Amino acid sequence: MSAPNASGWKPGIPTAGDTPAGPATATGNRALMLEEPLIFELAGNDTTGVDMPEPDNAAPNRLGGRERSAPIGLPGLSEPETVRHYTRLSRQNYAIDLGLFPLGSCTMKHNPRLNEKVARMPGFLDCHPLTPTQSAQGALEVIHQLGEWLKTLTGMPAVAMSPKAGAHGELCGILAIRAALEARGDARKVILCPESAHGTNPATAAFAGYEVEDIPANANGRVDLAALEARLGPDVAGVMITNPNTCGLFEPDFRKIADAVHAAGGFVYCDGANFNAIVGRVRPGDLGVDAMHINLHKTFSTPHGGGGPGSGPVVFSEALAPYAPLPFVEQLGDGSFHLVEEETAGEHHAKSFGRMTAFNGQMGMFTRALTYILSHGADGLRQVAEDAVLNANYVLRSLEDVLHAPFAHSGPCMHEALFGDKNFTGGLSTLDLAKGLIDEGYHPMTMYFPLVVHGAMLVEPTETESKAALDQFIMALRSVAERANAGDPTLKTAPHFAPRRRLDETQAARKPLLAWSDPALV
Amino acid sequence: MRYLPLTDTDRTEMLARIGAPDVDALFVDVPEVARLDGPIHGLPMHASEMAVEQHMRRLSDKNLAAGDAAFFLGAGAYRHHVPASVDHIIQRGEFLTAYTPYQPEIAQGTLQMLFEFQSQVARLYGCAVANASMYDGSTACWEAISMAGRVTRKSRAVLADGLHPHYVSVVDTMAKFTGDTILSATPKLDAGCDEDALIAQIDDQTSCVVVQYPDILGRLPDLAKIAEVAQAKGALLIAVNTEPVALGAIASPGELGADIVVGEGQALGVGLQFGGPYLGLFAVRNPKHVRQMPGRLCGETVDAEGKRGFVLTLSTREQHIRREKATSNICTNSGLCALAFSVHMTLLGEKGLRALAMENHRLACLAADRLATVPGVTVINDSYFNEFTVTLGTDARDVVRKLSDDGVLAGVSLGRLYPDADGLANGLLVAVTETTSEDDIEMLASALEEALGVEVSA
Repeated sequence: MSAPNASGWKPGIPTAGDTPAGPATATGNRALMLEEPLIFELAGNDTTGVDMPEPDNAAPNRLGGRERSAPIGLPGLSEPETVRHYTRLSRQNYAIDLGLFPLGSCTMKHNPRLNEKVARMPGFLDCHPLTPTQSAQGALEVIHQLGEWLKTLTGMPAVAMSPKAGAHGELCGILAIRAALEARGDARKVILCPESAHGTNPATAAFAGYEVEDIPANANGRVDLAALEARLGPDVAGVMITNPNTCGLFEPDFRKIADAVHAAGGFVYCDGANFNAIVGRVRPGDLGVDAMHINLHKTFSTPHGGGGPGSGPVVFSEALAPYAPLPFVEQLGDGSFHLVEEETAGEHHAKSFGRMTAFNGQMGMFTRALTYILSHGADGLRQVAEDAVLNANYVLRSLEDVLHAPFAHSGPCMHEALFGDKNFTGGLSTLDLAKGLIDEGYHPMTMYFPLVVHGAMLVEPTETESKAALDQFIMALRSVAERANAGDPTLKTAPHFAPRRRLDETQAARKPLLAWSDPALV
Repeated sequence: MRYLPLTDTDRTEMLARIGAPDVDALFVDVPEVARLDGPIHGLPMHASEMAVEQHMRRLSDKNLAAGDAAFFLGAGAYRHHVPASVDHIIQRGEFLTAYTPYQPEIAQGTLQMLFEFQSQVARLYGCAVANASMYDGSTACWEAISMAGRVTRKSRAVLADGLHPHYVSVVDTMAKFTGDTILSATPKLDAGCDEDALIAQIDDQTSCVVVQYPDILGRLPDLAKIAEVAQAKGALLIAVNTEPVALGAIASPGELGADIVVGEGQALGVGLQFGGPYLGLFAVRNPKHVRQMPGRLCGETVDAEGKRGFVLTLSTREQHIRREKATSNICTNSGLCALAFSVHMTLLGEKGLRALAMENHRLACLAADRLATVPGVTVINDSYFNEFTVTLGTDARDVVRKLSDDGVLAGVSLGRLYPDADGLANGLLVAVTETTSEDDIEMLASALEEALGVEVSA
């Protein structure tokens, strides 16, 4: 437990009573840990950080009697106050730029800054979605090039680029499946999802009008093939299976599952959230997939931004390709690019199931993802998958002696290592370990997911971590795990050193305060 | 490869710890037929930062940037000046490279920002509660209709003819699968909105009435009048706004009685970006409706020491808890765009937003008056904020394409938005913001004079 950290300072294991309290401060600040009020408490309605001409009351008014009379109640700050407010807030966030962010299933890899620079080139940033297509050839070419890469990497013949995020991509895939079934007059009602699926899978199927049934897992954390085959029948529209799955394991029977589903007249949706583990090494098209979304904000490193924006292009098999939504980009014989939308769709695209969003999808994410892909190339992307999987297995094998690893016996994991809370004592839980990890300077892993493992902890280090960074993380997690196994009560009250102690989520939900109101008026 | 820190020595040592002979052994679960034995054929290999930047620059240069043209496009996406500090703040790594704030003790920056954002949106919309964002205005619009169905337990939505046709397409697409009945119509080129025709379609089976404000043609419908009838019949009024700057000048939809207000927040802070990422705004007037809302909500609470803090809350509505019974399947939303919006709104404040709105309106009036002097051009609207409709006496699509070659992005042709409505083909939507100069207006007017003059003499 004595691996030196980057500064050469050797950490010790804290014990009860170690917490440095120190005197109270007049401001509530603690040196660089700065408290920050809400903008509503900082500002009045008279300040502005934008210089505009004074409104001219004599100017024409064509508002047709809809003028606003009541004040809006929006606070304004000058530029220096604004920059300071948000900079102070930013320092209360953990982020990839600060350290390893092992959130399983979320692929928190480094976000290259070239991608940010490219997305801000004026031809991309300052281009209107309805500009005449002759003035947007570069934008359309980006969409086309990225689409070609995604098709090649997945071995699938078609791609829909417009879905706005992973769950929106799932919806796109399921709607295409439903449209294809309806086109053959087949009103199937059920979608099957493994118990370990992301919550978005059953939510999406229900959103698209399907009933959802669980598929059980076997003792090795994989889909129980026999149980799945037994459930297939003329009422099953398809399956939604994540591969690699949410236990961080490859589904070795995926091809057999796909064949069985197809034989029963259904379609195979693959949740591509974990594509990072296999990009460049396995093409989902070779496994019998009919539709799969790709989270550009995971595998292709577009920033997560504190909760989006994402981007969820969907690749399709030949069987589903005709049903893909509008709009999409086509290259014409003369090399120019053409946007197929309502105006230009014609009968050639009569089977399209419709439109999922007002405009052309997440262009700002496309430029970033294409930049990332071109930087890596075919060789670099393959290395991404290998290093991601190597890093996860390194974590798994370095910690399986202290943390319960339910599927470690079945062989290597893919890009994430799954642990459970079986070894903890003293009433400590996965939540307590996670909060202890915060005190060690790390964002916790994904907790309590997948649901098939008690107190699940899903650790996804990603390929952009060095061995030294992994070693330090392993050391920290080992230390906290040993404390949890020993029932250390100080974990129950962790975190001790974060900007906030544990927050009362029950109170937040019981008496929701969802917008600021002036205390003087309450 | 510059983004991959492991060295070959590291890899060898790590494989030894794992007990695997080589990296292939880690992929043992992949059936042999599906294993690729080397980099995928036909694709380029890795490239330097400089080479990739040059490639992308060439693609960017093939577009005509709005800033390099006289620019008048709107129709749901608006070009406004974004203060430099907005982009600086959203590029701070602590915001840019954070995740959804599931661990609130180390995500107070994002959470407090979301709480401030929700409060700003609620006030702008005249509502009680706004959520932490949706993908964009069009998907927020469908989510609102879906929510109205849950609240009223009815499934017949009436869409005003002034709703953006792409929003109508999104709604129609979803309704095909959910079985909701959607009544919609193509707008007529009238000076005002026909509220009475809309009201006539509301009956006791109606779950909601959806009205865009300002509407697709730039007109300002009478929301209060529609709200009164809708609510008397047990339906909700959903107001859709695609230009938040307008709400600095016109009364908020909530004040006028809308039950759910949704919209596109792109105009503040986000930029045009060829259509995405954008920012869906979603708010409700009645706090009792909160538990039927889609998406994430940030709420205030206290920590174990009694200090104020913020958390994601009411997540029992959401997919990660409720799975197939969730109010929506949305997970990732538009967090960073919400930050951009919120920073821009903080910089503007009440005073700046009102001044910005009046400047937009002043320039729009100036443009409409100038275009009305062009032979062959007729301004349709009798009311508008910063966008209005003109007719050209000829197919506007051809005019738009021709002017684009001359560096004038004249507007959005109604023929592009409504390809099946022959009666609208001559219509052109013209949007004017504070970024439009009087020279730009003159350029558009002269270009139209020339184009329509040629048209007439040909």
